[in-house]
Amino acid sequence: MSRIGVITFPGTLDDVDAARAVRYAGGEPVALWHDDADLRGVDAVVVPGGFSYGDYLRAGAIAARSPVMGPVVDAGRAGMPVLGICNGFQILCEAGLLPGALVRNHGLRFVCREVGLRVEADTAWTSGFTVGQDIRVPLKSGEGRYVADAATLDALEAEGRVVFRYTEPAPNGALRDIAGISSADGRVVGLMPHPEHAIDALTGPGTDGLGLFTSVISQLTAAA
Amino acid sequence: MTVPQGPARVDAAPVDPTPADPIPADPTPVQPSPPAPSSAPPVDTVERAAGTPDEAQPHAALGLRDEEYARIRDILGRRPTEAELAMYSVMWSEHCSYKSSKVHLRRFGETTTEAMRARLLAGIGENAGVVDVGDGWAVTFKIESHNHPSYVEPHQGAATGVGGIVRDIMAMGARPVAVMDGLRVGPLDAPDTARVLPGVVSGVGFYGNCLGLPNIGGEVVFDPTYAGNPLVNALCVGVLRHEDLHLAFASGTGNKIVLFGARTGLDGIGGVSVLASETFDAADPTQAPSRKKLPSVQVGDPFAEKVLIECCLELFGAGLVVGIQDLGGAGLSCATSELASAGDGGMHVDLDAVPLRAADMTAAEILSSESQERMCAVVTPENVDAFMAVCRRWDVTATVIGEVTDGDRLRITHHGATVVDVPPRTVAHDGPVYERPYARPEWQDALQADTVAGRPRPSTPGEIAEQVRGLVASPALASRAWVTEQYDRYVRGNTTSATPADAGVVRVDEETGRGVAISIDANGRFCQLDPRAGAQLALAESVRNVASSGAVPVAVTDCLNFGSPEDPAVMWQFAEAVAGMAEGCAALGLPVTGGNVSFYNQTGSTAILPTPVVGVLGILSDVTRAVPHGLGPEGHAVWLLGETRDELDGSAWAGVVHDHLGGRPPQVDLAAEARLAALVAGAASEGLLSGAHDLSDGGLAQALVEAALGTGRGARVALPSGPRGLDAATVLFSESGARMLVTVAPGDEAELARRCADAGQPAARLGEVGGDAVAIEGVDDLPLAELRSLWEATLPAALD
Repeated sequence: MSRIGVITFPGTLDDVDAARAVRYAGGEPVALWHDDADLRGVDAVVVPGGFSYGDYLRAGAIAARSPVMGPVVDAGRAGMPVLGICNGFQILCEAGLLPGALVRNHGLRFVCREVGLRVEADTAWTSGFTVGQDIRVPLKSGEGRYVADAATLDALEAEGRVVFRYTEPAPNGALRDIAGISSADGRVVGLMPHPEHAIDALTGPGTDGLGLFTSVISQLTAAA
Repeated sequence: MTVPQGPARVDAAPVDPTPADPIPADPTPVQPSPPAPSSAPPVDTVERAAGTPDEAQPHAALGLRDEEYARIRDILGRRPTEAELAMYSVMWSEHCSYKSSKVHLRRFGETTTEAMRARLLAGIGENAGVVDVGDGWAVTFKIESHNHPSYVEPHQGAATGVGGIVRDIMAMGARPVAVMDGLRVGPLDAPDTARVLPGVVSGVGFYGNCLGLPNIGGEVVFDPTYAGNPLVNALCVGVLRHEDLHLAFASGTGNKIVLFGARTGLDGIGGVSVLASETFDAADPTQAPSRKKLPSVQVGDPFAEKVLIECCLELFGAGLVVGIQDLGGAGLSCATSELASAGDGGMHVDLDAVPLRAADMTAAEILSSESQERMCAVVTPENVDAFMAVCRRWDVTATVIGEVTDGDRLRITHHGATVVDVPPRTVAHDGPVYERPYARPEWQDALQADTVAGRPRPSTPGEIAEQVRGLVASPALASRAWVTEQYDRYVRGNTTSATPADAGVVRVDEETGRGVAISIDANGRFCQLDPRAGAQLALAESVRNVASSGAVPVAVTDCLNFGSPEDPAVMWQFAEAVAGMAEGCAALGLPVTGGNVSFYNQTGSTAILPTPVVGVLGILSDVTRAVPHGLGPEGHAVWLLGETRDELDGSAWAGVVHDHLGGRPPQVDLAAEARLAALVAGAASEGLLSGAHDLSDGGLAQALVEAALGTGRGARVALPSGPRGLDAATVLFSESGARMLVTVAPGDEAELARRCADAGQPAARLGEVGGDAVAIEGVDDLPLAELRSLWEATLPAALD
């Protein structure tokens, strides 16, 4: 069974949700602690949402320098699948695994609502979707506006690294309506919306979000 | 059940509505505080107090009456020290001692039967009530006000309101799992509402979102009486296993008192600042040097609280805690005196051990500080190391500040000298009790005589449709999405229903699907017309909201927001509302498990509408069988359960269309409410209902619109005139109680009809679900797209 690490930093909130999503997808969630020096032999890592370190300094800035992030960065660069959700996306950007940054929503308010996303790239975390497929998941963040310089944005588009794009104008003002991006090899993915909150119609908008977790597990299983 | 004695938050004291000072930016820890410099005045020790009986003390500036000050001197056999005076004054304040409300709150105890108590594992008097919800699970929930701070500084006032109620829930040994907020502000178009409401909403959202607690519902109400005195009532619900229940008491001589969480600073020390000796000027206490001038509204750090929650749960899980108490209003004064008086011995606390974040704090300041995110635990000596290790893992500062002692005194030392030596019960529980005069106001008769019956009602289809549209778009009834979209409702993955549903529903057990439904409700307009009936109507509405999810209501928490208790008219409203609530709870068999009272909610001499907010908790044995909010699938039948009477006084229609408040509120029929709740719970448990929505503000018209917009499906309905032959406008806008819209599959209609007949439940089939309009026969077809834009545009237009 694929073992997928879920990191808890002080202030992480959606770790229980991410672990549940891993379980629903047929994987084994492995709790990782911000202070851990290694990844306990996991096959992939989820950096979940929340307010690690209270968003002090900048969202994700302190967590990106936690002990556990050293091995995460090394593993991510070596091809281990890593998924950053919301605050996790911010952390991956701060850690240098993904380009660009997440800044304050253009409306200056926290936004919690269901959003439509178009899956635009085939990555370790989206292989089970069809490129062009629309999915529905919750977005909940105050600093979710993706920004990068024009050259970076052009490169992301050209290299097929825009993984998710809002189907309506981005509620946070994200440049080019970008909701999620990947590393050049498609193994590290970060997105602001919350697929782990869309794994059961009872508690979310549906089950579209489960696809990210089943995608990575089927990839890991096929590779094993 | 006794009267509430738990530590209430900072509220109930009139606050000078001047802008707060800037927030202190420097949290630099200063520890331990150095001995007082030699130039400072002498520390007011017990010994010194005994030797200087005639020294003048500012008891009046601290809110103590002369006779109360005399009583303190009697209790102690000498004058109190500054630190003691600070403790007594804050613990004997209205806010902490319930001195004006106690005699009335006894009604709850008198009307609670053993049968009502059967599900209670802890009741009033604890930090929060605890209810058995089955399978070894318990739920604790409580609502509290943070009104005055939220007017002075809306963001921080509301944020720390959430923080405080969450710590109350933690103090019971529970994991907090959801919050709700009841907000009341001035008219939507009033200039100050644009300051207060966005600030309050951002504060509630900031704190709750950052704690990882889903916000599952609440209320937003606009009324001119709240313009200078908004109400911010926050509810938290927590979940625990029966065996994890923790109570606040300090027992076992030699057990250690551990203060953990944030450091103690000068924030929120409020009135106690007049005691700072070097600054006190009896003639003009405002003429103080600025060193200690800090905001009287506390500043919240939800990150610190999130870490504290996880730390506490790990401490509980490891069995390292004997007793626990949160620090809220009255800070260490409250925590130490409550813990000590609930235990079986005395207590010694050394203030030199308290980690501080400001230099040169006096004993009175340390004891009165309302710095947030602190807890106090009683720990056996052999567990102290393990306790500290857990705190270190979470980077939580923890310090042994004292121990449980033989005897029955609470003794507090500072700089090596005794500054407090008191019987703790006299501080925590033996505060004054007032028999405030109360009298039915002379304007009540005129108000009740001024009914809306004489005002024109629409008669043509066009007029009626126009008024339906007007109500949908009115601030009173428009969508609250502008507010609730700033709150996380998904975190933790157990929210199965949240606003705008009638009740928030949270799954407690993932294996069995067991869960709870909660709603908070009040109708200040009804209460103004008749506080006794109004309180019961709030209870009835809350029960109905919970029932509409299919849950069985089991317990009540309340937050009683009123004007000045020194006004006999307000005191009468309060007495009537409490009596009505107690009667109503007894009639429905629901115990009140806790809550709080907030007085002095008024601007000048104008009190707010009497606003007793009721929170009802219900149990669902399986949340997957909860009834969805709104209209069910296409082709399902729409039924109206309950009886409609000509009851428009106090209604949203009267307010919006005629700007009118007068007459008598709708009839209270608690038997009908209980019958309806039982019928819906029974039908829901067998999967008979495909949708539901309670009828309340705005009546049938608004319920149809909201139910349709809730699921995006229209309906074709005919209005029932009923046995009373009511006209269409009255049927649409009346706010008669004990009514609910439900939808049912065509094949199940006969069964629903049979159940209604058996129960004596009035019911009428209105029509079917379908189409893209709310089509009301004889009125108009109201397209959903138009209704949605009317409903959703109002708040953003005013606030964006």
